[in-house]
Amino acid sequence: MAEPRPVLEMTGVVKEFPGVRALAGVDFRLFPGEIHALIGENGAGKSTLIKVLTGVYPLDGGTVALDGEPAEFTSPLQAQQAGISTVYQEVNLCPNLSVAENIFIGREPTRAGRIQWKRMRKEAAELVDRLGLDIDVAAPLSSYPLAVQQLVAIVRSVGTGDRDAPGSGTKVLVLDEPTSSLDRDEVLELFRLMRQLSRDGVAILFVSHFLDQIYEICDRMTVLRNGALVGEHLVRDLDQVGLIELMIGKALDQLEELHEHQLHSGVGELLVKAEGLGRTGKIAPFDLDIKKGEVLGLAGLLGSGRTELARLLFGADQPDSGTVTIGGKQVSMSAPNDAIGAGVAFCSENRKTEGLVPDLTVRENIILALQAARGWTRPLPVAQRDELVAKYIKALDIRPANPEARVGQLSGGNQQKVLLARWLITQPQLLILDEPTRGIDIGAKTEIQKLVVSLSEDGMSVLYIAAELEEVLRLSHTIGVLRDRKLVARLANGPEITAGTILETIASGAHQ
Amino acid sequence: MTATDRKPEVVENGAASSRATRLLGDRRLPVLVTAALFLAMYGGGLRRYANYGFGEPQVFLNLFIDNGYLLVAAIGATFVIMSGGIDLSVGSMIGFTTMFTAWLVERQGLPLVLVVPLALGVGAFGGFLMGYVIHNFEIQPFIVTLAGLFLFRGLCLVISKESISIGDASVGTLAQTRVPLGVGELSIGALVALAVLGAAYYVLHYTRFGRRVYAVGGNEQSALLMGLPMGGTKIAVYTVSGFCSALAGLLFMLYIQSGDPLHAIGMELDAIAAVVIGGTLLTGGSGYVLGTLFGVLVLGLIKSLITFEGTLSSWWTKIATGVLLCAFILIQRTMTARRKT
Repeated sequence: MAEPRPVLEMTGVVKEFPGVRALAGVDFRLFPGEIHALIGENGAGKSTLIKVLTGVYPLDGGTVALDGEPAEFTSPLQAQQAGISTVYQEVNLCPNLSVAENIFIGREPTRAGRIQWKRMRKEAAELVDRLGLDIDVAAPLSSYPLAVQQLVAIVRSVGTGDRDAPGSGTKVLVLDEPTSSLDRDEVLELFRLMRQLSRDGVAILFVSHFLDQIYEICDRMTVLRNGALVGEHLVRDLDQVGLIELMIGKALDQLEELHEHQLHSGVGELLVKAEGLGRTGKIAPFDLDIKKGEVLGLAGLLGSGRTELARLLFGADQPDSGTVTIGGKQVSMSAPNDAIGAGVAFCSENRKTEGLVPDLTVRENIILALQAARGWTRPLPVAQRDELVAKYIKALDIRPANPEARVGQLSGGNQQKVLLARWLITQPQLLILDEPTRGIDIGAKTEIQKLVVSLSEDGMSVLYIAAELEEVLRLSHTIGVLRDRKLVARLANGPEITAGTILETIASGAHQ
Repeated sequence: MTATDRKPEVVENGAASSRATRLLGDRRLPVLVTAALFLAMYGGGLRRYANYGFGEPQVFLNLFIDNGYLLVAAIGATFVIMSGGIDLSVGSMIGFTTMFTAWLVERQGLPLVLVVPLALGVGAFGGFLMGYVIHNFEIQPFIVTLAGLFLFRGLCLVISKESISIGDASVGTLAQTRVPLGVGELSIGALVALAVLGAAYYVLHYTRFGRRVYAVGGNEQSALLMGLPMGGTKIAVYTVSGFCSALAGLLFMLYIQSGDPLHAIGMELDAIAAVVIGGTLLTGGSGYVLGTLFGVLVLGLIKSLITFEGTLSSWWTKIATGVLLCAFILIQRTMTARRKT
């Protein structure tokens, strides 16, 4: 196949921040109608490259050419006008306005300054229709789930061009981690839309942590490591193992090691016993017991009640039926404090909003829970505090290993480790991890999983929630399967249990 | 990837939900609640004071005559609150405008046709300045407009420490003029207030600027990334509020026929109360200017009812306002909480 002229070509792009060379002469090209993955670990320079491309950061060196013409953008608006649209991980729309308004705001059809609502709704409906989506454009955006909002964001960005020929203006569509909070069907819908746009000739730059998704949808990929280009490959030419090796720059034995590791640790006596625990509208009453040193994995669809179950065990939501016994003593789960007192720790899936305080330092974030457990009248002695913090920074390999760094500036994986450290320092008996590996790179993922294994070997019980079944399978002694806000099955993990078995259990909803 | 996130059944499309939740999620609900409250209170008044002439249409029209200035001020506040901000300088601006115009008319002998545009210009400029500071220096609107509150109140006292009563004939005529409406009559001030209401409705719902106000209030960060001119919108919103405050000051001056450095102290709080009772979310992004009308009418009706009762102290107005405000904040809270889940 003769290669057409790239719609976008970046050559020798350099971007420096004080003390860091974020991009060291990266080449990148994008052809019309292709779906191109940008891959790299956290901190490899993906976000920086996108931000340079979309005009958020100015270039420090190198050139950008759009359609063969040199281009440099100084604001996102300018990039948009030149035909480069971006949809960010967090949906940047106004939930209080209608779908149609969100698509058109800033360029509503007007006559003599008066917005023509009918025409706007009609045009929005046509655009949505043309892209094969089923969305009521008159409804407020907030009435739709996040996945649909994301699709609306894409509709907006492709509709940004000429108002009479939607899509004509957008040459390059940048999707920054669009799938991280979508479930499978939603991802498929997104992919369908991406394929349609690429058929229309739009070049799509797709950033994702999910390698399977990249193999499913992308034609070509560019791999970055430490701000440098590692290679550009056709997706079909490079298998996943090869790709991961390119990303992390070393072979994959550590992952393999983990596979063999599973289940070797023994399980002790009963630690937590929940009987008839439930909360109307959140999760049906369930019985659950967790033994010392046991890793109990929870599997289920998004919204099947995984998080809700965990929140009940932590007292973050109050149960309206049932009892919890921890270490032989009944605990009234009326507030997280009761659970913390009984040795339960909970790492929320929303580490940014429900866990870490981004403006505080690593040290302050780490000691937060321990200090809370001691009460504010008994501050932690400085020496002991510094020693503990240093110990956990080292044990979890938090980078940068600087207790005074602001948590908000750390990468996702390191933020997760800080959150973990905060709870580990309280030496809990039961550690609840809700999606601890979401949105973090594969290296950090492996480290966190290894940590779970070693904690369980030391006798800590872990309740592990993850969207990826492989993760649950790899780590858990026992797997609890949830469906429609109900704990439907408990499977003892073993060689005969596979992702298929679990999916079947979910699909049938049957008891063991 | 074998994600657990495979849904075997139909994906629910979000918008479809039971009628009850849809009603609770409807943004018009707070306005309807306020309107219903107004009608209920009015109906209660009709029953209780039927023999005292409460049923006269003029009693209803008087609500507009007596509260026209508050309506205008509250409309300005609606713009600001809708954009997620707050304006505390409203009362001071009204007081300042009464002083400023009284001084110009009485002491300087300027004709009203000159004084009115001048006062409106000063008000709009004051609002613009506050908006400029809020946007360009990224300072909390609360603090900036609090500074405005003190500044304009202080300027009143610079003009004169005592009240200036207005004897000017043109002001008198304008204040006395009543426009017959068949069943009753309205003052010029009330008509101006209604015109402002209509204009505000049009601007908020049929112009790009109006929609930007909603967008900024909904999510400022997003609005910025969507390429909307945020700075301009925010500054404009405070300019509108300053303009409305000055206009409210003119109407207040017509109503009271004097300028006084102590006029309209705390009226910004009445305006904010009217906006909130009218169903506009204090966090911004949701509300209707029509709701503000009902908010003002409810506040005005409380005053009327207390007057008709005769034996109650006028402080009961404040108590009733406090109770209502509390109730409406709670309604808003439950509504937003429901919307999130």
